Amino acid sequence: MKFAIVVQGAPYSHEASLSALHFVKAVLDAGHEIYRVFFYHDGIYNASDLIVPPQDETDIRAEWLSLSETHKVELITCIASSLRRGLLNKAEAERYERNAANLNTAFEISGLGQLIDAGLAADRTVTFAA
Amino acid sequence: MKRILFTQSRPPHGGINAQEGLDAILMGSAFAECAVLFQGDGVYQLLKHQQPERLGTKNFASTFGALADYGVDQIFCIDEDLAKRQLGTDELVIPTIPIKQNTVCEFISAFDLVLDF
Repeated sequence: MKFAIVVQGAPYSHEASLSALHFVKAVLDAGHEIYRVFFYHDGIYNASDLIVPPQDETDIRAEWLSLSETHKVELITCIASSLRRGLLNKAEAERYERNAANLNTAFEISGLGQLIDAGLAADRTVTFAA
Repeated sequence: MKRILFTQSRPPHGGINAQEGLDAILMGSAFAECAVLFQGDGVYQLLKHQQPERLGTKNFASTFGALADYGVDQIFCIDEDLAKRQLGTDELVIPTIPIKQNTVCEFISAFDLVLDF
C-alpha cells in the first residue's frame, strides 16, 4: 500500500515529527511504500539543517536524513510555508537576497501541489498535526 | 474524478492553520473536485466583519468568497457547531450547507481524501 504523510508540527515543540518518523519506519518495515512526506505549517522546521539537539535527545534531523538516504523517502517542504518562516535553499536565498541558506539537503522545497498530488496518488494519507 | 474534503477546524487568527488551509483548498481545486467542511471553532473563519488587520494579520475571510470562482461550491457547516456559538448562517461571508453532527462520519467517509487544517 502507498502512504502519503503530512507533518504539520515543528520538531521538539510537538510530538508530530517523532510520531511521523515512527509511523514511516513502521510502514516501511511492513513492506509498504511511502509515496512522499510533505511538511506544512510549522512542520517545515524539520528541514532546517541548523537543528542541534541536546545529546540525550533523539536527533530528529539525523532521523530524516537517514530515512532519505536508506529508503529514498521523498521529503518535501511547502515553499510558501518555508519562505515565511525563514527556511531557504541556496536558490531562494539568492532570489530574496538573504545571506544564508539552511535547508537540509535531504529535503526539497516545492509547491503545495505536491501535497494534493501525494494525497491523490496514495492509498492512504496520514496527517501528523500539532 | 477523485473528491477531496478539506476540514477547517480551527479559529481564524490564533494560528496559521486556517490561512494555510485555505491555500491548500485553492491548490486542491486545480486537481480535483473539492468540498469544505467548517467544524468546531473553524466556523469562526466565516464570520462577517472581521478586522484582523488591527492585529497585523491578514484578512483572508474575503477569499472564501472567491472559492466559487475556483469551482469549490460545496461548503458545509455543522449545524450544532454554529448553534453552540450562537451563530446564524446570515452572519457568515458565504452561503453554507448545514449538516447534522450525527451525520458527519458518514459524510466524511464519502470522500477519497480528507485534509484537516
